[in-house]
Amino acid sequence: MTNQAAPRVYRTEALVLKGYDYGEADRILTLLTPHSGKMRAIAKGVRRTKSRMSGHLDLFTRSTLLIARGRQLDIVTQAETVENFRPMRGDLVRVSSAHYVAEILDEFSAENLPNYPLYALAIATLRQLGGDGDLDLTLRSFEMQSLAHTGYRPQLHRCLQCGTEIVPGQNRFSPKLGGILCPDCGMADSAAPPISVPALKLLRHLQTNPDGLRSLTSIPVVAKQEVEQRLQEYVTHRMEGRLRSVRFLEQVRADQS
Amino acid sequence: MSITAKPISRVVDELSRLPGIGPKTAQRLTYFLLRSPSEQSEALAEAILELKRNVVLCTECFNITDRSPCEVCSNPERDASRICVVEEPLDVVALERTGQYKGMYHVLHGAISPIEGIGPEELKIRELLYRVQQGEVEEIILATNPNLEGDATAMYLTRLLQVPGLTVTRLARGLPVGGDLEYADEVTLSNALAGRSQI
Repeated sequence: MTNQAAPRVYRTEALVLKGYDYGEADRILTLLTPHSGKMRAIAKGVRRTKSRMSGHLDLFTRSTLLIARGRQLDIVTQAETVENFRPMRGDLVRVSSAHYVAEILDEFSAENLPNYPLYALAIATLRQLGGDGDLDLTLRSFEMQSLAHTGYRPQLHRCLQCGTEIVPGQNRFSPKLGGILCPDCGMADSAAPPISVPALKLLRHLQTNPDGLRSLTSIPVVAKQEVEQRLQEYVTHRMEGRLRSVRFLEQVRADQS
Repeated sequence: MSITAKPISRVVDELSRLPGIGPKTAQRLTYFLLRSPSEQSEALAEAILELKRNVVLCTECFNITDRSPCEVCSNPERDASRICVVEEPLDVVALERTGQYKGMYHVLHGAISPIEGIGPEELKIRELLYRVQQGEVEEIILATNPNLEGDATAMYLTRLLQVPGLTVTRLARGLPVGGDLEYADEVTLSNALAGRSQI
């Protein structure tokens, strides 16, 4: 029988989701990795201006890390930026959106449980946040895809209760049950709000063809607002609490408009 | 049954609540105090009590002080037309060490961090706007930390401080003295290039 000990030092790519100051100049980071899921590690001395790692470990930076196994927390010993999503960093609304994305990633991912599709989605979304696409649609698409990658894909084509195919009508979206209820089964969740046909179409589009969002030239503002509300209700229900970053995001968006 | 005397475990428990102090360090400190002369422990206890009794926030700049307004705010030789906005009281100490700045300060007591639930309402931002509205201020120097939270706070303040006659500046950023170019990240290097100056 071979008894192979885990290597004391390992290399991984990671996205810095959040961090808090610890001790004199250290920071404890929450990292999202492609092959180990979410993990926590300590970066020593990283708050000093002369730290060789600080710029490579700022929030929402994608870096290659060399990590040493520690007794309680692993220790980041080297870091080099792969991508820093610079276009996103210069604008308050985009930065606030990135915080919102990071909070969902943090809540939806489990420690040491690999979820490569979620990692790839995180990178793609942070890139899009710096692009010229519709910021709201980018966030809605992220919400829908992150739900799918974590096992909470809402059922949008068949009634959750009776299984019949959903057709245009007085349908409802139930965050509690995770999808659409047909007009006959609406009472299965009396708190479920009605969903309009344009909003349901947009939800389905976000679920099945997120890459084709650019082809949608004119989406009614009301439908976008409705989808935003329904998805946030669903995400909030899944997380069992309101997202902390929503309040600030709403505030800076209101200030901008 | 615990073999440690109650007064000892109480001090160990209290010390291990402090940041960066684990149970072992707390034990070492407790036994050090136990062996040291009584006067030393009494002086420490008195200093801690005084800290809580006599330290207040300055009503002008919100720095931690033993009298309000603080020494900086009540000094007529300081330039009241400039306010340097920092995240924490220790940032004031760092800036004062340079001996280069003769203006006033404003301590926010944190930076905007939506993911941690820290928004503008949790910081001393309203108080800063009030100071600006008094009309004496000509320049606001944003000296928040050069990281994403510090930058977000600076961007947010810049939006709010669009007042005629008021200049809003941000501390320069780039390579630290004694640093190594090869270890600098792209953002730092780009900023250093953008802010290069003729010599």
